[in-house]
Order: sequence, then C-alpha cells, then structure tokens
Amino acid sequence: MSQGQYVALAYGVVLVFVLLWVAIIAAKLSRLERETGELAALARERSVDG
Amino acid sequence: MSSRNNLPLLAFATTAVLGIAVVLALLVAPEDVDQGVSQRIFYFHVPIALTAYLCFGLGAWKALRLLWVGGERRDFESYTWIHQGTIFGALTLITGSIWAKASWGVWWSWGSNQLVLFLVLFLFYCAYFMLRFSVDEGARRERICAVYALFGVALIPVSFFAIRLASDFIHPTVFTREGPQMTGTMFGSFLVCWVGITLLAYVMYRIELVGKRTDANLRELREALS
Repeated sequence: MSQGQYVALAYGVVLVFVLLWVAIIAAKLSRLERETGELAALARERSVDG
Repeated sequence: MSSRNNLPLLAFATTAVLGIAVVLALLVAPEDVDQGVSQRIFYFHVPIALTAYLCFGLGAWKALRLLWVGGERRDFESYTWIHQGTIFGALTLITGSIWAKASWGVWWSWGSNQLVLFLVLFLFYCAYFMLRFSVDEGARRERICAVYALFGVALIPVSFFAIRLASDFIHPTVFTREGPQMTGTMFGSFLVCWVGITLLAYVMYRIELVGKRTDANLRELREALS
C-alpha cells in the first residue's frame, strides 16, 4: 500500500465508525418509536375501558 | 434558544467544522518533510486521542458528582461519556495502528509505552461495560460503576505523560515545552480538527443521552401502565 492509501484508510475508518454509530442510533430510534406506539395504544385501550 | 433545543444547530455546526477540518488536513496543510503524506493522519488521530481522554475524564467527573451529590441522571451521563470514550479510544487505536504501519512499517509496537498504556486504559474502560451489565439496575450499580469510573481516571495522566516519562523514541512527541513542533498552518489545521472532533463527541453524547433517558422514561411508563 502507498502512503496515500494509508491516509485514505485512516480517514475512511473514522467515517465508517461515524456511519455505524448513526445506523445504531437509527435502529434504537425505530425501537423507541415502536415502543412509544405500543404504550400509546395501551393507554388508549385503558381510556376506552375506563 | 434553550440548551435542550440547540442540538440540531450544534449537529449542523459540527458537520461544517468537520468538513472544513478534512479540507485543511488533506489539502491546505503543508506536507511534512520527514514523514511525507502519512503525517496527515496526525490531524485526526491526535484530536481523536485527546477527545477520548476528555470523554473518560468527564465520565469520571460525572461519577464523582454522583457519589458526592447523587442522582440517577449523573449515572446516565457518566455511562454515556465513558461510552463515547471507548468509541474514540477504539478509533485512536485503529488510526494510530494505520499510521504506525505507514511510518514504522508495523501495525503495533509493544515496545512503545504510550501505545501499551493507551491500550490498558481502553481495555479498563471496556471492562466497565461488563461490570455495568453484570450488576442489577439500581442505586448499588450506580455507585459501583461510579467508583470504577473514578479508578480509571488515574490511568489518563499516566497514559498521557508516558511518552515524556519513559523516553519513548518510537512514538513522536509533537508538543514539547518549546511549543508545537510544526508550522503555523499545520497547527491551525490541527486546532480546527480538534474543535471538530470535540464537537462530534459532544453531539454524539447528547444524542445518546436523549436515547438513554427516553428508554428509561418508557420503561417507567410501561411499568405504570401494566
């Protein structure tokens, strides 16, 4: 590998890490959205029953 | 604008600063006479390492505040800072290893005290997560994790000053008592990169903290509704 390729690899690794972190946070956000929806449905059921 | 609402603005500012930082590091900063183009790794590697130290330090500070004043939110804050520290710590080791291969011809050198001590610091904080997830949630876990995080902070100055204390000839020392050993443009580029990486760590911290707090609030809500 040339010196320039090592530089590209180092900067690429940083970019991949940040993108991976964004993907993990996006997955977490989807889970939170789903759980919030479930809780909202549960609260609606309670209010109808009550 | 309240501190709760400035996160999107901060995220945009971070993206802008990091964009400028990449341009400065790769295109504007002059090429190093000794190391050539591989020295450009320095502009991201060193700020990432300094940010990792900062994150671990802030994690320990929040842990100290937790032991001193108490409060569940400080446990979340300490945990999130340490998580950021391990992310930036892993990046320090990887980018450092690539730079080592480009400059010294090896991916790792066990003879370099600073490398080994940084690895020890990184592994110490990796073990924090094993400890955290092996103890039941509650005040006891908060205290145990806080004490562990505080012990780790002692390794930060040891790791940081190792190169100066141990006369390590492999790992370069850029910042000496005489100041930074580089040109003004190089130093300016380095500072912009450092600001960008620090901002990135702070934005990531804030986003993760929001996620963790929302998670905890949802758990409470679920318990209240069930």
